Amino acid sequence: MSKKKLFDPNPSGFIEHDHNNDGIDRRGFLKCMAWAGTGALCVIQGGVLKSYALGSQMGSGMKSHKRGEFSFVQISDSHMGFNKPANPDVIATLKAAVDKINALPEQPEFLLHTGDISHLSKPEEFDNVDQILKATNKEILFVPGEHDVLNDEGAMFRERYAKNSKGQGWYSFDKNGVHFVGLVNVMNLKAGGLGTLGPEQLEWLEGDVKHLKHSTPIVVFAHIPLWTVYPQWGWGTDDSAQALSYLKKFGSVTVLNGHIHQTMQKVEGNVTFHTAFSTAFPQPAPGAAEGPGPMKVPAEQLRSVLGITDVNYVQRRHALALVDSSLG
Amino acid sequence: MMRRKLFFRSLAAALPFALAAVLIMHPTRARSEDAKSAPTEVRVDNFTFGPDTLTVPVNSTVTWTNKDDVPHVIASNDGVFKSKALDTDDKYSYTFSKAGTYSYYCSIHPKMVGKIVVQ
Repeated sequence: MSKKKLFDPNPSGFIEHDHNNDGIDRRGFLKCMAWAGTGALCVIQGGVLKSYALGSQMGSGMKSHKRGEFSFVQISDSHMGFNKPANPDVIATLKAAVDKINALPEQPEFLLHTGDISHLSKPEEFDNVDQILKATNKEILFVPGEHDVLNDEGAMFRERYAKNSKGQGWYSFDKNGVHFVGLVNVMNLKAGGLGTLGPEQLEWLEGDVKHLKHSTPIVVFAHIPLWTVYPQWGWGTDDSAQALSYLKKFGSVTVLNGHIHQTMQKVEGNVTFHTAFSTAFPQPAPGAAEGPGPMKVPAEQLRSVLGITDVNYVQRRHALALVDSSLG
Repeated sequence: MMRRKLFFRSLAAALPFALAAVLIMHPTRARSEDAKSAPTEVRVDNFTFGPDTLTVPVNSTVTWTNKDDVPHVIASNDGVFKSKALDTDDKYSYTFSKAGTYSYYCSIHPKMVGKIVVQ
């Protein structure tokens, strides 16, 4: 048993309080949370998304999902094809993430991959990831990272992963009463700017959520954070405020992102923002280095800074409980 | 006295030729020297362009080299030039045949911006 506490998933201190005062029994939650994994398991229990570290439920006496509950796992930034000192073997670490997922006693219904599947948008890189993730035997939903759309404006990404999507690859779907929205904020980036959703996608989003009940739990996932983590390094999205304004009416909104290769969480009213570990290499904390590039850590520490993310919803609760778990 | 006048007169006569020679020679010489000695390399390192502003003569070929562990894409703000994704140690060159200021950025890390001033 180790590791990080619920709502203290964030060594850099961005989240210090549960602003929702929703009375979730975090102590009991924590008991289930011991984490040994590399990703997040998201359990939807009728309304509020909670996050468990992968591996946390093993042998801990957690109950099976109740009817109407389900879980999913977020993985991110597998950067297949990367081979530099920060991680010369991204295949092995992605496989370790898969092992974590497959070892979960409560199997997630599907996986979300929040982008940078590949390092250089090469077909063989996508092939490798597909082959490795196939071992989970799960449906996987993807949004692109900037590394997945390098030379073709995302055509290959959409052909492989988002055939029925709108525009440049955005889409939504419903699972067990939860409305999931996959957004694309890595295309048509403007000089000097951050991530961009663009007017066409914003208009689509407004229409997509307009007719949903306010009580519908919303999960938004996109590659670049939809909150401003550190603009100096481009860690934010220029027009995310517009997108979030369409989600204000909802009681529970969970925003899952990748891109920054470290876990971070922020709660703002009814919205919980969360970024996931990479399965490939870590990046420095905001401002902790001269630039945001891959961070080399001693080989024996690498798996402690890679991971997957775990989320869990409980009906009529409004806070997202997230625990991020490292690979080792 | 006469001799001195003559000296000055011949000097005055020679001066325009000397000046013309300097004027003719100098720009050519200066230009070829500049082209040789002025840097036309931009190093892409640690998510920055070095130098971030580079001044070059017309017809210079500027070469960007990616020294980062992640790819970058060199793209001018107004679409004049754009590289493919440059992996580590990949290079991209563009020849500037017209004077002007060319602002550019990394199209996947748009906080990275630079300028080529062509004169």
